[in-house]
Amino acid sequence: MAPLSELERAYDKLSRKRSFRKRLESLLRDFAGRPTPLYLAERLSDHFGGAKIYLKREDLLHTGAHKINNALGQVLLASEMGKRRIIAETGAGQHGVATASAAALFGIECVVYMGEKDMRRQRVNVERMGLLGAEVVAVDAGARTLKDAINEALRDWVTNVRTTHYVLGSVLGPDPYPRMVRDFHRVIGLEAKKQLKKQAKRDWPDLAIACVGGGSNAIGLFSAFLSDSRVRLIGVEAGGTGAALGEHAARFSGGSVGVLHGTKTLLLQDGDGQVAATHSVSAGLDYPAVGPEHVALRDRGRTEYTSATDAEAVAAFHLLSRIEGILPALESAHALAEVAKHAPRLSKDKIVLVNLSGRGDKDVESVMEYDQNDQGGE
Amino acid sequence: MSALGWRAGASSAANSSAIGEAFARAKSQKRAAFIPYITAGDPDLETSAVLLRVLADSGADIIELGVPFSDPIADGIVNQRAATRALASGTTLSGLLELVSRSRDQIGIPIVLFTYFNPLHARGLRLFAEQASASGVDGVLCVDLPPIEAATDYVPALRDAGIDTVFLLAPTSDRSRVREVAEASTGFVYYVSRTGVTGTRSELPPELLEEAKRLRRRVALPLAVGFGISTPEQVRAVGKVADGVVVGSALVRIIEDGVGSSDLVRDFGRKALELSDALR
Repeated sequence: MAPLSELERAYDKLSRKRSFRKRLESLLRDFAGRPTPLYLAERLSDHFGGAKIYLKREDLLHTGAHKINNALGQVLLASEMGKRRIIAETGAGQHGVATASAAALFGIECVVYMGEKDMRRQRVNVERMGLLGAEVVAVDAGARTLKDAINEALRDWVTNVRTTHYVLGSVLGPDPYPRMVRDFHRVIGLEAKKQLKKQAKRDWPDLAIACVGGGSNAIGLFSAFLSDSRVRLIGVEAGGTGAALGEHAARFSGGSVGVLHGTKTLLLQDGDGQVAATHSVSAGLDYPAVGPEHVALRDRGRTEYTSATDAEAVAAFHLLSRIEGILPALESAHALAEVAKHAPRLSKDKIVLVNLSGRGDKDVESVMEYDQNDQGGE
Repeated sequence: MSALGWRAGASSAANSSAIGEAFARAKSQKRAAFIPYITAGDPDLETSAVLLRVLADSGADIIELGVPFSDPIADGIVNQRAATRALASGTTLSGLLELVSRSRDQIGIPIVLFTYFNPLHARGLRLFAEQASASGVDGVLCVDLPPIEAATDYVPALRDAGIDTVFLLAPTSDRSRVREVAEASTGFVYYVSRTGVTGTRSELPPELLEEAKRLRRRVALPLAVGFGISTPEQVRAVGKVADGVVVGSALVRIIEDGVGSSDLVRDFGRKALELSDALR
């Protein structure tokens, strides 16, 4: 596709330019609030009675999640490319809000595609995007979630490609997107490494954990530790309500190789190559394919993937809220659920690093609804 | 045409397939070929079997048959809904190939599958090519597979099975893409009339006719033009500069409006004839 080669050329050229990198650095610092703290969660650590748990506080970033790292990078790139219109897809709404903010900052028109089901469960974020001047387009095709929003954004992009840049929000899609989005999130792991050295007196954790939808926050965290074999890296997918196709978004356990949205990767699909429905309590993990670099890392034996169910994630959401005073995003709560499985068995001199990729303000309604249904005796 | 500009190696071979013959026959009648599109299984495979016969009887030269897919990113809303109806009625790739097998000899005109890559990948490219060939499929257009990436496995598998490989050109295609598509294609090359997805549009893009003329000088194979062509006037205008005219959504809309109605076949046939007559 012509627009992909145009984007690839622009990214490869600009990302090497000092002026571009300086501009992005200052935006990340002054607009987004980097560096984010590395927080030793002492009460959570005591609760499990084992390893020291450090949280990388991406939830404290402007707009509420790591997504702003990539949104600022891509919108800056689009503006340098002379594009006057930005489109994006969003699942949980965090990428949409981040992109809408960046577009407002640059004075660029912004249209965000969002599945109609996701618009209902992430209503606050829909309102936020509107206030930021973005147009939110409801997608009522297919499962009305993230996958369908990407379909619609791609249709818009091929129609308006001359004026428009598509800010894809995860390490998905055709080249150069997966590596570009990864590069914009590398800062997460690089900062954490530096902060660990200062705060924990060694610049590596024994275990690093992140949730994986498309996998952008996980790649951002993992990338700093890939060459350090002492660090065990675990990605956590959405286990949903069960193991049957349609009840989860666990691509590593339930997927097979397929092609979706220009990416060859692990995909939840039926025997005829039709993409399967997915389920997760968290809109941001509710997607049938996983970033291809995660599959490559797993195949090399460098990373491991597991899943947390809806129930485990919601329990972790409550735990962190109560004992640390932090409402985590339901996506990040999946990573916290995995911590519960490791921290108690690790000695006190071990370090677990968790990417707290987003804040949970957007999920208050979803959690209340979940708890009500749960108590109703499901 | 051989004196005009460069010609790609592969496409300069004789265009001797059933698809090539269909274009040659239309050309001998001094007209462009009429290439209607329907989605297989919309609203069910039994109806598709009837509609294939209606299209052939209405003067279709080649039929484009859509393989329904869960995520049809190159399609506008009308064809998206057609795919949804087809999948809801239980249409599978095997069922679709059985439909071709039952219909191909009866209708006597070539069938080109319009598909996305994942259903073929899931079947396995070699197995798919063998099964499609055995069913009587003449050509395959895989809309989300670029020619460069098709070169290693896809093109050899289909060629070995005697199936034509059709690729897309768009207004944004640069010189090197035109060359890649010309080299990877057999049967014909499909030019997308505008940047965007399938679906009816009220007007043709003004630059389309010039662009089609320019491409015909660069591509030795017949050039079919599709996406957004829906009225007899548009068919006539495009037919003056292209070797083939594809009409999809305008026909699919008749199916959508007629689901469950006893008038469906009559209305569909009327529309097909009206479009086909525009080229004669």
